[in-house]
Amino acid sequence: MEEVRLMKGNEVLAEAAIRCGCDGYFGYPITPQSEVLETLMERKPWEETGMIVLQAESETAAINMLYGGAAAGKKVMTSSSSPGISLMSEGLSYLAGAELPCVIINVSRGGPGLGTIQGAQSDYFMSVKGGGHGDFNMIVLAPASVQEMNDFVELAFDLAFKYRTPSLILADGVIGQMMEKVVLKPFTPRWTEEEIIKMNGSWAVTGKKNRTRNVVTSVELDPLAQESFNHKLQAKYREIEKNEVRYEAIRCDDAEYVLVAYGSSARICEKTVEIARENGHKVGLLRPITLFPFPNEPLEKLSKYVKGFLSVEMSAGQLIYDIRMASKCRVPVHHFGRMGGMVHSPSEVYDSLKSFFSLN
Amino acid sequence: MSDLKVEIKPENLVYKKSTVLTDETMHYCPGCSHGTIHNIIAEVIEEMGIQESTIGVSPVGCSVFAYNFIDTDWVQSAHGRGAAVATALKRLMPEKMVFTYQGDGDLAAIGTGETIHACNRGENITIIFVNNAIYGMTGGQMAPTTIMGMRTATSPEGRQADLHGYPFKVSNMVALLDGVSYVTRQAVNSPANVRKAKRALRKCFDKSMAGKGTSFIEFVATCNSGWKMSPAASNKWMEENMFPVYPLGDIKDI
Repeated sequence: MEEVRLMKGNEVLAEAAIRCGCDGYFGYPITPQSEVLETLMERKPWEETGMIVLQAESETAAINMLYGGAAAGKKVMTSSSSPGISLMSEGLSYLAGAELPCVIINVSRGGPGLGTIQGAQSDYFMSVKGGGHGDFNMIVLAPASVQEMNDFVELAFDLAFKYRTPSLILADGVIGQMMEKVVLKPFTPRWTEEEIIKMNGSWAVTGKKNRTRNVVTSVELDPLAQESFNHKLQAKYREIEKNEVRYEAIRCDDAEYVLVAYGSSARICEKTVEIARENGHKVGLLRPITLFPFPNEPLEKLSKYVKGFLSVEMSAGQLIYDIRMASKCRVPVHHFGRMGGMVHSPSEVYDSLKSFFSLN
Repeated sequence: MSDLKVEIKPENLVYKKSTVLTDETMHYCPGCSHGTIHNIIAEVIEEMGIQESTIGVSPVGCSVFAYNFIDTDWVQSAHGRGAAVATALKRLMPEKMVFTYQGDGDLAAIGTGETIHACNRGENITIIFVNNAIYGMTGGQMAPTTIMGMRTATSPEGRQADLHGYPFKVSNMVALLDGVSYVTRQAVNSPANVRKAKRALRKCFDKSMAGKGTSFIEFVATCNSGWKMSPAASNKWMEENMFPVYPLGDIKDI
């Protein structure tokens, strides 16, 4: 029977982790996502599924606990918000360098610095252009509803293990804090030791039994060997770009102007599309669901037919660069967005669209 | 009187290379303590029969490649984060023996936070801390544990309190934490001390497997290349100058 609940985005992240057979969660409290750890501690999944939950002393420790857990071939997750993700960036690079599958969630907030505790989308660059040193990418999923907060936890794990790479869920404080109806998934049992050895035994540190030793590392002394490893990583990212692009196109078929937005901004833009259509303007919305890999193809196609794009992001304009690249600058691409934790309204977006493209 | 020819047989040999050591040639400088410490770790793992269930966590520093020499599964950690990495490994696989191997730069400088909190939580791991009072891999810079007056690449006139602060006595500090059951300071400068150190290490591993909380073993060690001394001179220098600051023996045992 379908299990429907009214839940906060952050609570759902915790519930979804327990239900998809997550083995361990390591996190440090930070607003606006502290409910993830709180919910887990209240739910006591160690009594139910055996899942471990641990409050770390810092985000730095949390991401390195994730590194240890992932090295064991287990399904491990952490969550934080913008300043905490900055602290994790060293660990993200090591996770990518050691090819460890895991899930990181950023319920982002206004910055820079300590910034605000309200939702913002100014961590786009940090998420998709490399969250640390070295040439690497993470799979980045952008949920736009509490339902997607639920669904993307399992999806992020599946993709992480499919490609042996960290997956990042880039949410924001709005999605994390809002309550919506959500259909929960049934429980999936945690992997047994035998299953882990069978699936991940070629690389995970499960104990050197009946095989040569496994070493999880990202260090290389020979630059030529490092380069060849980098080629391997890049080939993996190209494969991800080929197979895993996800997006939603709303009323783009006849659109003359297309809004491009992800996460909570996309929810707002859905309303803007309605307002624009009521006023006789053919406006659509392209919502990237995966920010890496980015939906280049649909944007490239649209760029041949539309008169312009408006990138709508709660930031100073980060997503806009990818839209310009994808559309090859065939048509004007503008940016609109409130910053620092301020959330734009559908009519503000509509007004900016009219003003950028001189619509009546 | 026994017949020596009968006694000298492979199965009667007292000293032999541990089966847990690989055949890889160690990259450590001649005279460095790492090799001997690796050796006793391998011997303890072999004696306990836990090669198949031991996970080591290697640091950033000269011993970053410890995994090339001790034949168990290993995770190479980011600089200083070994105790956090080991925390998750042990919590997710409580039946495994999990230990970290860290130098003074890794553990006592950049990784102080992770080390103290893992100890304070009483993680059932063994932390092996090799204190040679200097950064070996990066070329002999001052470490938190560099002793007063000691010359390094970044304290060329010797460590001075007003400029650099004081030698960091990590073992004494972690001994104050409730989660820690055993803290000991050892050295491998003489055959007698190697034997003592091995016994202490075995105790650490036993306590970790028995779930007694964190075990912490410090090795006061030489870095003759970094110290710019011969192996023999560095052993003597360590005995005369480091042992008074870092006296050997058990600090806590509960």
